[in-house]
Amino acid sequence: MLALIPLLPLIGFLINGSWYALGQARGGKAVPATAAGGIATATIGASFVCALMLFLQLLGSEEEARTLEVTLFHWISAGALQIPFTLRFDQLSSLFCLVITGVGSLIHIFSIGYMGHDESPQKFFAYLNLFCAFMLVLVLGGSLPVLFLGWEGVGLCSYLLISYWYTDPDKASAGKKAFIVNRIGDLGFLLGMFLIFTTFGSLDFTALKQLVLTMPVSGGIMTTICLLLFVGCTGKSAQIPLFVWLPDAMAGPTPVSALIHAATMVTSGIYLVSRLSFMFALSPDALCVVATIGAATALFAATIAIAQNDIKKVLAYSTVSQLGYMFLACGVGAYASGVFHVITHAFFKALLFMGAGSVIHGMHEEQDIQKMGGLRRLMPQTFLVFAVGWLAIAGIPPLSGFVSKDEILWMAFASEHGSVALWVVGALTAALTAFYMSRLFILTFLGTPRFKVAEPQDKGHHDHGHGHDHGHGDAAHHGVAVHESPAVMVLPLAVLAVLSAVAGAIGIPHMSWLEHWLHPVLAHAPALRPEVHHETEWVLMGVSVGIAIVGIALAFVIYGNLKTAERFKTQWASLAKILSNKWYVDEFYDALIVKPLNALATILWKFFDVKVIDRIVLSLGDASNQSGALARSLQNGSTQLYAFLMLAGFLSIVGYSLYGIFH
Amino acid sequence: MASSTSCLLSWLVFLPLLWALVGLCIPTNTASGLKLSKLSALIGSLVTFAVSICVYQQFDPASAQAQLAENHAWIPSLGVGYRLGIDGISLWLVLLTTFLTPIVILSSWESVEKKVKAYYALILALETAMLGTFLAMDAFLFYTFWEAMLIPMYFLVGIWGGKERIYAAMKLFLYTMAGSLLMLVAIFYLAYQYKLQTGLGYSMYLPDLYMVKIPSGGYLAPQSLLFLAFTIAFAIKVPLFPLHTWLPDAHVQAPTAGSVILAGVLLKMGGYGLIRFVLPLFPDAVRLYQTPMLVLGTVAITYGALIAWVQTDVKKLVAYSSVSHMGYVVLGIFALNPTGMTGAVYQMLCHGISTSGLFLLVGMIYDRRHTREMSDFGGISKVMPLFAIAFMIILLSSAALPGTNGFIGEFMILLGLWQTSQVLAAFAALGVILGAVYLLFMFQKVMLGPVTGDENKRLKDLSLREVAVLVPLLIAVFWMGFNPGFWFKKMQTSIDASLVPYSQSAVASSNAEKVGTPWNP
Amino acid sequence: MIPVPVPVILSFCAAIFFIGLAGVLIRRNILVVIMSIELMLNAVNLTLVTFSAALDHPHGQMAVFFIIVVAAVESAVGLGLVIALFRTMRTVDTDQIQLLKG
Repeated sequence: MLALIPLLPLIGFLINGSWYALGQARGGKAVPATAAGGIATATIGASFVCALMLFLQLLGSEEEARTLEVTLFHWISAGALQIPFTLRFDQLSSLFCLVITGVGSLIHIFSIGYMGHDESPQKFFAYLNLFCAFMLVLVLGGSLPVLFLGWEGVGLCSYLLISYWYTDPDKASAGKKAFIVNRIGDLGFLLGMFLIFTTFGSLDFTALKQLVLTMPVSGGIMTTICLLLFVGCTGKSAQIPLFVWLPDAMAGPTPVSALIHAATMVTSGIYLVSRLSFMFALSPDALCVVATIGAATALFAATIAIAQNDIKKVLAYSTVSQLGYMFLACGVGAYASGVFHVITHAFFKALLFMGAGSVIHGMHEEQDIQKMGGLRRLMPQTFLVFAVGWLAIAGIPPLSGFVSKDEILWMAFASEHGSVALWVVGALTAALTAFYMSRLFILTFLGTPRFKVAEPQDKGHHDHGHGHDHGHGDAAHHGVAVHESPAVMVLPLAVLAVLSAVAGAIGIPHMSWLEHWLHPVLAHAPALRPEVHHETEWVLMGVSVGIAIVGIALAFVIYGNLKTAERFKTQWASLAKILSNKWYVDEFYDALIVKPLNALATILWKFFDVKVIDRIVLSLGDASNQSGALARSLQNGSTQLYAFLMLAGFLSIVGYSLYGIFH
Repeated sequence: MASSTSCLLSWLVFLPLLWALVGLCIPTNTASGLKLSKLSALIGSLVTFAVSICVYQQFDPASAQAQLAENHAWIPSLGVGYRLGIDGISLWLVLLTTFLTPIVILSSWESVEKKVKAYYALILALETAMLGTFLAMDAFLFYTFWEAMLIPMYFLVGIWGGKERIYAAMKLFLYTMAGSLLMLVAIFYLAYQYKLQTGLGYSMYLPDLYMVKIPSGGYLAPQSLLFLAFTIAFAIKVPLFPLHTWLPDAHVQAPTAGSVILAGVLLKMGGYGLIRFVLPLFPDAVRLYQTPMLVLGTVAITYGALIAWVQTDVKKLVAYSSVSHMGYVVLGIFALNPTGMTGAVYQMLCHGISTSGLFLLVGMIYDRRHTREMSDFGGISKVMPLFAIAFMIILLSSAALPGTNGFIGEFMILLGLWQTSQVLAAFAALGVILGAVYLLFMFQKVMLGPVTGDENKRLKDLSLREVAVLVPLLIAVFWMGFNPGFWFKKMQTSIDASLVPYSQSAVASSNAEKVGTPWNP
Repeated sequence: MIPVPVPVILSFCAAIFFIGLAGVLIRRNILVVIMSIELMLNAVNLTLVTFSAALDHPHGQMAVFFIIVVAAVESAVGLGLVIALFRTMRTVDTDQIQLLKG
């Protein structure tokens, strides 16, 4: 049963994949998305059912027995290196499995509608299923290498899906960038894995947990291990300094953004830190780095999100920012809060992304929020669910986002690893989050349409039949025939909206079911700082609600009226420019790393390889040619010269022998 | 070791050559005769593969001895014998060779048009030389096959190659010759030393040579000089930076089949030679030169990868990627521990699969477009989806994605190296990033983006024959990626034996006396 | 009649021999070269005869007869070659005839 969880999506991948390959071999006729999507959804849905049944089994069993394990086969075995392909289902991985398969199923259903006009839906759904399979291997893997298999596998699927519309060079580049940046992180992961193996001699989580407790290891090594692994996390979970790929990753189809770049893959860094929390707990220095990077990323990404106009880019930076929150939680030792935010974030961010997808679908591939507005009436259902997501992420009680975020802020303030500074950064980010999400919401749904609404009779003409990868060019001339998305897209949104609203219930402070559930697998929750009082918690909670309301109110003041928005924009033009250019991080990396490296490579090739090494080799050849030419000049064909040389030789030999005789 | 009655290995080695001679008798002035000669070559290589499977089945993984040995006198006065044998390391390289040859023959089915009969005969002759090199248990016989390998290769590049084929063939030939002459001198020195030390006369028999004690100490001691002589010969073949410049030329100019054999098998001769000769013969010198060799390997990885990144010619890119990948092999060998060594042997097999795959794929689009410039391509995925799938898989294997074969090799090598030197391992692991960089750049330029040019729009997807060529490789990619134990278990004993001089106890007593050698513990 | 002393005759022979040798090496006309070779041969003949007389031993004179015969044959062949050369190359200048050039 446990093996079925990742196996089912893999089977779905194989079916859709071979269908695609065979179809291409026979000339590639178009296939209805419902068929391919049906298969894919069925497999991931079945996987969800399996995960749910196992989860219920875990719920029903004793606390000590809440680990299921199955070894599928021996993967690598060479000497001391024994890596069985083990899947382990415990409290932590069960939650992630449920989120992945649950949200995954909803997104699969949504995709049936969203990708309805795609040329080769089998390919899309095959990739999507493959992603789910790898993601499940990642969270179920019982040892680091198995986790790494999933870790790189999701990176691959991310690459494939980001460049899904590969005929656009920008989208293809975005996928490449994601893969390469992730690879940089993976290098850290790999080295961390090596260091763990040489230090402890095992890579299995259970064994490691024992070994870490029994083997005395210097703090320096532990910190190095944690930091190396954290480098991997910064890559996969888009933290400073490796976050640059995630905003570009929005080039992929929107369901992909929802699944991979919001709900699941990007949270695998938090999963890794939580999974190895027993190691991180031993290294306060590493925790400090994690918390600092998390807080810094949260704030940094939030500032960028303010100035973005692409609906998906705003959400992408928001994701980076929220991931920063989760690392902040892990960094102050509140792993359960981090996982809690992973879950709630998965719900509301998937909801927001797919809501955005619905908007983009309805607007015929328009993504610029400046050209939207007034969609409240044109897409009422989407408006409603999106509003839930917006309030959840903005942190309005009692929606889930509020509960989990507030928990993180409280821990950032109160934990022994936390500090007031971390809380201030977190709170500031919360205000910014409320502000930019409200801005997005207002510009998209409220006010009046800032585009030409097409007459109803145009609708049939423009409605369907556009490929997703090309244009809305003619729509600009005739106006846009905005339409509400079909039920297959709206229903998953509704489910997610409900979940976003109520999911906070599993982690209500002081009676958190989640914390209790995760307690055996995570490192112990940190002690509170001695100077912190319990009453402060309620004060801070009030403050964070206040912050959220202030952020929202500010957005309404500025963006409620377009004239104020314009004035606001001109007032802050220079700052807005920096922000909308993302602090020039991409340019900075390009100038500092990519370009010099490329130049170095060219020099190495054109100069060192060709002009130096090869020149030396060729001059060796030339040298033998030259000496041959020299010897050849004696051989000039003149018999008399030969005779003379013979004579000279003869005389010198005779002379030499005579010399020998007389001395 | 007594000479055994079995002559299975001799059959294995000389079957392709015999088949080539028979094939030469087929008249090819008619179309059917032409087809028959191709078919006969294919069958010949398949039969050889079958024979190698028999060898595989008779192989006993529990023993580190040379198995299925044959031992006949050849030039007794010089101690030269016709001695063949197989162990866990050569077994897989032999199978790699016999596995790739039918693929290579099938891949040139339509792309080779001139002197067809000679072409296939040369490929089969080359197979004989390659198998002989892997199976020789006599230094002189090894040298003979080693040099014999050059002749068919020279003609393959020189006759069926690209525009500058003569230059490339000459460079390949001279480079290798320069190295192997050093090796020949060193072999004679060893044989002479054997005579001096035992008083029994010359011997070129490998286990005999392993017993020779050579004075060591210092970078220019006799042992170090011999080490350099052998290592330079093998480093040229690997090819190890900075002795690699023959490779890009040879690869680019060679026909597809030539590139595949070159990358798939010939480069492995270097790694194999290091394991078979250098490690057991010169333990002190190896320890002395360990760090320089590791540094060179690390440099090769990053250097090859960086240069591959800026190439515009697809084939040249793959050639430089070979330099990078084979750097890992050197690292694994000179890490001098079982993990690294297993990884190195595995990496040789993986590189044989994945780089051969890349060359085959490049050859397939070259057959269609007659260009290898990346700028001439674009958006090929759209017109050749099956090709794109195969390309992606092979590319991922080359980029060492977990689940494919490449990962296991690089993982084990880096893990082994990490135990020897963490700093170098960290640098070598940069290859993981750079590998993804150049491969994805190539993939994007060739396969993604809008379809450019009318010629690209008219491209035909893979034919059934091409699918048949690629499928075995794709299966191997995943099989080796998920079940490396299948390979490891046959080579484990041999690898442990080859590392006996470097075990902890051996290190302690190394200066006193040379301890156990692979076949004479 | 006082016999000429042997050293004088030998010196005379040596002089002739080296004159011939110089001719072979220096002169560019093949005919002259062949004549110079004859000169060297005859210098050797004279030496042999001298020793034969001085030592009262007939072997030297026997050798001279052989040499005369061989020299005659040699000149015949040599001149034949020269004529053949002249027919193809239209010259007998050794500087113009360098077919052995490497």
